[in-house]
This record gives sequence, C-alpha cells and structure tokens, in this order.
Amino acid sequence: MKVLTLNFLTCAVKSCKSSSDSFPLHPKDAELAKDDVEINPQLLANVLPRLDWNALRTTSTELGFPSLPDQPPSPEDLTADEKMLQELHSLLMETQIMEGKLVCGHCGHEYAIREGIANFLLPSHLV
Amino acid sequence: MAALPSSSAATAVARLNAAATAAQRDAETEAEAYERTHVHGVYQAIAPHFSATRHKPWPAVALFLHAQPPGSVGLDVGCGNGKYLGVNPAVIMLGSDRSPALVALARSRLGRPDDAGIQGVTKIRSEARSAATTATSTDAAGSAVSTGQGGGAAISDVLVADGLSLPFRDAAVDFAICVAVIHHLSTRARRQDAIRQLLRCVKPREAGSGQVLVYVWALEQGASRRGWDEGGEQDLLVPWVLKSQTQARAQKECRHGQATSKDVNTAVTNTGGETPSTATASAGEPGDTQTAGVASQTDPVFKRYYHLYRKGELEEDVLAAGGVIITSGYERDNWWVVAANGTPSSRPEQ
Repeated sequence: MKVLTLNFLTCAVKSCKSSSDSFPLHPKDAELAKDDVEINPQLLANVLPRLDWNALRTTSTELGFPSLPDQPPSPEDLTADEKMLQELHSLLMETQIMEGKLVCGHCGHEYAIREGIANFLLPSHLV
Repeated sequence: MAALPSSSAATAVARLNAAATAAQRDAETEAEAYERTHVHGVYQAIAPHFSATRHKPWPAVALFLHAQPPGSVGLDVGCGNGKYLGVNPAVIMLGSDRSPALVALARSRLGRPDDAGIQGVTKIRSEARSAATTATSTDAAGSAVSTGQGGGAAISDVLVADGLSLPFRDAAVDFAICVAVIHHLSTRARRQDAIRQLLRCVKPREAGSGQVLVYVWALEQGASRRGWDEGGEQDLLVPWVLKSQTQARAQKECRHGQATSKDVNTAVTNTGGETPSTATASAGEPGDTQTAGVASQTDPVFKRYYHLYRKGELEEDVLAAGGVIITSGYERDNWWVVAANGTPSSRPEQ
C-alpha cells in the first residue's frame, strides 16, 4: 500500500469516523519497499491540493522520513524545487508498506497489511 | 427545571428501543450471513476464473473515467480484478473489494501496460533513514523486493474492504465508481447504505466534481437470452459453473489480452429456490456475450445472489441515500446512474 493511499484512509469503524483521532491511521511494524515509478511533476502538482498535508507530515515522520515543511509547496515552488519534487514523488508514489499494521488512534483496532495489501474487513462486533 | 420522564416510562422506552435494535441487528446478521455464502464465498472460490473473463471495461464507465480531470483521485468500490484502475492513467484510482483473492489479482495487474506485460522485479536496499525513534518506526535498513511498474495504473492502489464499512475519510476523493456490485446486497436497506457510503466519500457537489457512477444489473433484459424482463422475479441465485478446461483456456486468453468472453460460465438450472424468497435462474454476467452451456456433472456450480433492478429503482435508492441524480441510463442489460451529494456545500441551489 502506497503512502499516498494512506492519506485517504481512516478507520472502517463507523463510530470512529467522527473522531479526529482516527485519521491518519498509524503504521506499526511497517516494512517498506520502493517501487520505480516514472516521475510526473504535473500529476504531483495536481494531487497535492487533494492531500491532507498535516496527516502526510505525521505519516512521513512515523515512517522515519525527514520531516516535511509546515505548508505544502505551491505548484510554482514545486516545479522550481527539484529536490522537493523528487522527495514527494518518492514518498507518495514509490513508497509502499508491504507488511505491518495500521492502527486507529481512536479505537485502537489494528488493520493488517500483508504482501502490500491492507485488509479493512472488520470482526463482526465492530461492524 | 424540566420534568424528567418517570423512570418506568424511560425503562419501557429503552426496552422497546433495545428490542427494535436487536431485531434490526438480527436482520443485518442474517443478511450478512446470506451474502457471505452467496456472494463473498463464491467470489473467493471463482476469483481466477471470474477474473479471466473480465477485461473489457464498460464503454460508459470508461467514458466517465476519461472525463475526470488529470490528478483526480477516485474510488473503485468492488474493483474485482482491477480492470478499471488503469483506464485513465492521468487519475489515481483507489480500488477496494470484499474479496481478498480478487484484490490480490488486481494488485498483481497494477502497473502493467496490459495483461501480457511482465513486471520487472528488482531487489533494492532501502537506505538507512534518519533515526526514527517512534514506536511505529520502520525497519530502517532491511532489504525489500520491489516491482518495477511502468503502466498507468502504477499510481493506483488496492485494498480489501467491505462496501458498507469503507475505510475512506469523508469527502476524501473527487469521484467514485461502483460497477456490478450493489446488486449483490440482499436487502434494500443495505443497497441504499452502500450508495450512502459512496456519497460520503466523495467531495461535495460542484461543477463536474464529486460524482458517483453506479452500475447494476437490470431486470429488463428483453434483448438478452437470459429470459428476464419486466414483472419478473427480482431476487435470484445465478449459477457460475467453474469449468476446469474453460478456466485454463480463459486464463490463456487473458494472458493474450484478447479473450472473447465465449467462456462457458452460464448454465441452465431450474432447481427452484434455495431460500423461500429467492428464485434460481440461468444467467451469465454483465459484459459477456453469453453462450449458454451445459454443466457437466462434475463441474462445481456456485450460486451468486443478485437483486435485479427494475426501471427507476436505482434512482429511488440514490434519493433515499441522500443523493441527487446527475444523469442516468440503460446500457446493455444494466441500469446506471451518475449521482452526487444532495446538499452542495458552497453554492446554494434550488
């Protein structure tokens, strides 16, 4: 599962959705892999406004990446800053969590990730 | 000070509520168990065969996907083998499915230019990262195998989730598609709830954005050979015959990327309803050109539950789920609708 995807995910438990603690989910015991994905600056610039930047900063730190700036770069900044472009591309598009767990900060439920696939099926008592 | 209800009345109300909730829960549990047998279990069992017969995107779905602006992020709920994830390489698709077997298949296809593509596998060593001290930090220097991905879908992703408990945050994405999925839910409340979930995940309605495309099988299939039409039974168990030879051939065709869907996945059985409310019928699948086949004694037959939508019913369900209809129509044995959230956030509309 890509780091990009994690930015759109929250706990599958309905009663957690209203809590700000359920987003972002927290990676635990994560094993990472890096794909080779062709860089697409325009796509990245288009995607950035769709991300929750604060959540991405949290995720980035939790996965052990260097901390991101307080504010997302503007499209102009991004095209001018090759290093930032490369870093964000690598983090969002290329980095995968292959094994590990995603933990809800509200209910504590852990979702397993195996072979790069996160499983959000809930046990019946949580549905 | 406002008078409190007498404790006995309050207790009675609480008891009534509890009883109602319990009854509701029982009905839900029953519906879930039914779908586990007649939908989820079947797809787990037939996943490779099913996948091998599914490659051609529906034209109207492809059109919808191509209409999304570059950089849009969209959901494919019930993505199956992921055939829609790479249709528009300029958008990011997050696919989910209830079947882990189908999601694994979808993931194996991500990033391939087509079914014939071969993924290069390279071994990399992840660089030592700045000392992460949190408990959730990762293995800093472990080696990992990564797949070199070249196709458009390399920026898409898949996960396992139930359409009624989607793990996406509210208003997270620009659009969503849900093709040939909701007709597998066995009560109307659950079908409407599934649409409600889709609407919850997309952004508020604005010009061209926040749209949800839903496709379901139609009751009105006068032009097909399945024999279903207006006025017929809407809740059916539809057999899928897992023919071993067919499976092998279908997979071969799949690898060549040009299967003609002539696989025999249909059978004629008239054994009567397994459950009081459900009839059994002969059928194929949306998107196939059916060739009715005869199941041999030994081929396993799996029966999937379908609710066939009658004309207008999908629109009713969208409205009941709090959505509005942007457009709707009929395409080869299927009803479809493009919906959006009923309450636009910014601009007031009548």
